[in-house]
Amino acid sequence: MKKTIYLDNCSDTKPFKEVSDYICKTMNDSFGNPSSMHSMGIEAENIIKEARKTIAKTLKCSTNEIYFTSGGTESNNLAIRGYLSANKRQGKHILTSKIEHPSVLNVFEDLKKSGYDVEYLDVDENGVIKLETLKKMIRSDTVLLSIIYINNEIGTIQSIGEITKLRDSINKKLCIHLDAVQAYGKIRISPKRLGIQMLSVSSHKIHGPKGCGAIFIDEKIKIKPLVFGGGQERNIRPGSENVPGIAGFGMASEIINSGIDENYNSMSKMKKMFVENLKKNFDDIKINSNENGSPYILNVSFLGVKAEVLLNHLNKKNIYVSTGSACSSRKSLQSHVLKAIGLRKEQTEGAIRFSFSSGNTESDIIKTIEALKEIIPQIKMKNYRGDVR
Amino acid sequence: MKNVILVRYGEIVLKGLNRPLFEDILIKNIKKSLLGLGKINVVKSQARIFVEPDDENYDYISAIERLRRVFGIVSVSHVKKMETDFETIKKCSIEMVQKILKSREYKSFKVETKRGQKSFPMKSPEVSAELGGVILDNFPNLTVDVIKPDFILYVEIRENTYIYSEKIQAFGGMPQGTNGKAVLLISGGIDSPVAGWMMAKRGVEISAVHFYSYPYTSERAKQKVIDLTKILASYCGEIDLYIVPFTEIQLEINDKCPHDQMTVIMRRAMMQIAERIANSNGVQALITGESMGQVASQTIQSLVATDDAVNMPVFRPLIGMDKNEIVDIAKKIKTFETSILPYEDCCTVFVSKHPKTKPLLSAIIECEALADLSGKIDIAVESAEKLTIKREALH
Repeated sequence: MKKTIYLDNCSDTKPFKEVSDYICKTMNDSFGNPSSMHSMGIEAENIIKEARKTIAKTLKCSTNEIYFTSGGTESNNLAIRGYLSANKRQGKHILTSKIEHPSVLNVFEDLKKSGYDVEYLDVDENGVIKLETLKKMIRSDTVLLSIIYINNEIGTIQSIGEITKLRDSINKKLCIHLDAVQAYGKIRISPKRLGIQMLSVSSHKIHGPKGCGAIFIDEKIKIKPLVFGGGQERNIRPGSENVPGIAGFGMASEIINSGIDENYNSMSKMKKMFVENLKKNFDDIKINSNENGSPYILNVSFLGVKAEVLLNHLNKKNIYVSTGSACSSRKSLQSHVLKAIGLRKEQTEGAIRFSFSSGNTESDIIKTIEALKEIIPQIKMKNYRGDVR
Repeated sequence: MKNVILVRYGEIVLKGLNRPLFEDILIKNIKKSLLGLGKINVVKSQARIFVEPDDENYDYISAIERLRRVFGIVSVSHVKKMETDFETIKKCSIEMVQKILKSREYKSFKVETKRGQKSFPMKSPEVSAELGGVILDNFPNLTVDVIKPDFILYVEIRENTYIYSEKIQAFGGMPQGTNGKAVLLISGGIDSPVAGWMMAKRGVEISAVHFYSYPYTSERAKQKVIDLTKILASYCGEIDLYIVPFTEIQLEINDKCPHDQMTVIMRRAMMQIAERIANSNGVQALITGESMGQVASQTIQSLVATDDAVNMPVFRPLIGMDKNEIVDIAKKIKTFETSILPYEDCCTVFVSKHPKTKPLLSAIIECEALADLSGKIDIAVESAEKLTIKREALH
């Protein structure tokens, strides 16, 4: 079998071998319910305790500020809805940016329907939130601000420190939620030091299993659960715990965080090399990720090419990527992120997201460039010639 | 008393001496559609078909849902079968009403009687009146409303008597296999599955051809066509689906022919391939989802140029329909949700910005000759992958 080159690590990552082994072991040996009184229950409970300790350590917070969920989407929903329903009297004004993940944007859209005063922050051409606009938007009755730390499509990193400083100068009570799904395990995060109150993370983006995630909630704030049940996760997220998932998540978190700086440096090198090679070999491209963004994400528009067609051609060569936006000529589903940073339709049509992990090597990048060199002229000609003739 | 399913069929009744032939095919199709649900006995009686399961715990809900999709059937009912004896009929009617009122809050009803067995001593209106009275006595909260009742209790008196309250509409049409075979050109869009369904409804046995332009279109586009064919198979039973590799032909046309005529030339190649596949399977006609004027390749001029490529009749059941009418059918037959999944398909990747809307046949043939297609068409036909798509359980 031909070697696969997996450059879609923002969608999903390959679980570490240690992680999948540990999950198997947990499922086979420690299948007790953590709530059971007997020793098998205690054993399962200890596995969760251990994982919680690991996550808390990486976020430099206390273990009773960590709650396990089913993943990033649930964490985001729980943070936003849970906070608002526990703090109803504080106000109805809530803020978020135009480049959030759908699991935040669609919650805000729904809240708008139920009477919340929702405003969306603009971003500049690099995807950075405009602090001037934010300054004008924060009011004394603004309750919640939800921000994506590292954007999942283009990799922009927001300056959270500056955002919290601004918040402190206008409305200290304003709660900030950070969607750190693409940031956790990639850059060092300390919610306390950043001055934010809630933070969402997900397991399968850091080589852990799917169906598991966590939320950090500052001890000082109150939130209400979305579902009700038997009191697990201190009643914030009841339901029998996903013990194998949590075990794997903890293990993945331990491994990824121990190599965080090393990985960051090698990703930076890899991304830099990729960009240089792209620029050298192709004229009609536009790099949509900014230089100061996450080294794990590179979004590029190949002009005159349909992203889905390029994806399929790469797929045939066992190179796996994502399109910047799901786009077909029948129904133009333009990416809201690329639109927000001001890309025109023909630029978004050819947008591809390459996303990396420690599993990638420089030779993967070289092979990908070679493949692109072969494919782009083929598929670009075919699509473009029609306009020339 | 026994639970059975009553199947009503429409048009076949009008057939003269051939009627038993049609009925036999319908019965065969009914048996096929119910395979796997348990042992049944299928009985034909006085222009009706009764499905009588052996097992009291038969899955009637699934069976009715499957029967609803057998073409030729107009409606089905879950009925109680009993001896033709008025005391038994009374008892069963009461039980039935009791059951109905358990799940619904109905206030009014009427009884409708049909007396097929004229030797039964009471006339139909008498039976209705008498049973209505009995029900009123037993259920004091109910009233009779002959104009707009909440529910109707149907009583059919024949050799046996059948009582039921619900008629579930099916799609009608003709039994599959009574009107020959045709090959459907299926793209993955909204129209072609509807076109195939409409022809199948008229008793035509269909197989399907899909043109696959990997890697210009994705594996998901192929999976989408397989999924759509599966939905069609839930009506037709088994469908042979031919996946034809089409990339080489498209590239050749794209390379050599003027782009404003590309689509029609491409469609001509598709028709030729479909015809070849049809011929080698003893199939006599083609089906497409074209609708007059919907796009540039569906004007009269374009259709003439497309038709010219083949000798077989090409059926276009959607020709006179508006898009919204087609969408309505797609929703009704449950292909819509799958059809609108946003993947590139063979018709959307290679398109000219300004295609000719009134192509001249002679010009098309001239331009077509610029491309070297015949060898590539041979290869495409030979390397077509045949998948047999089977009916799947619906629940």
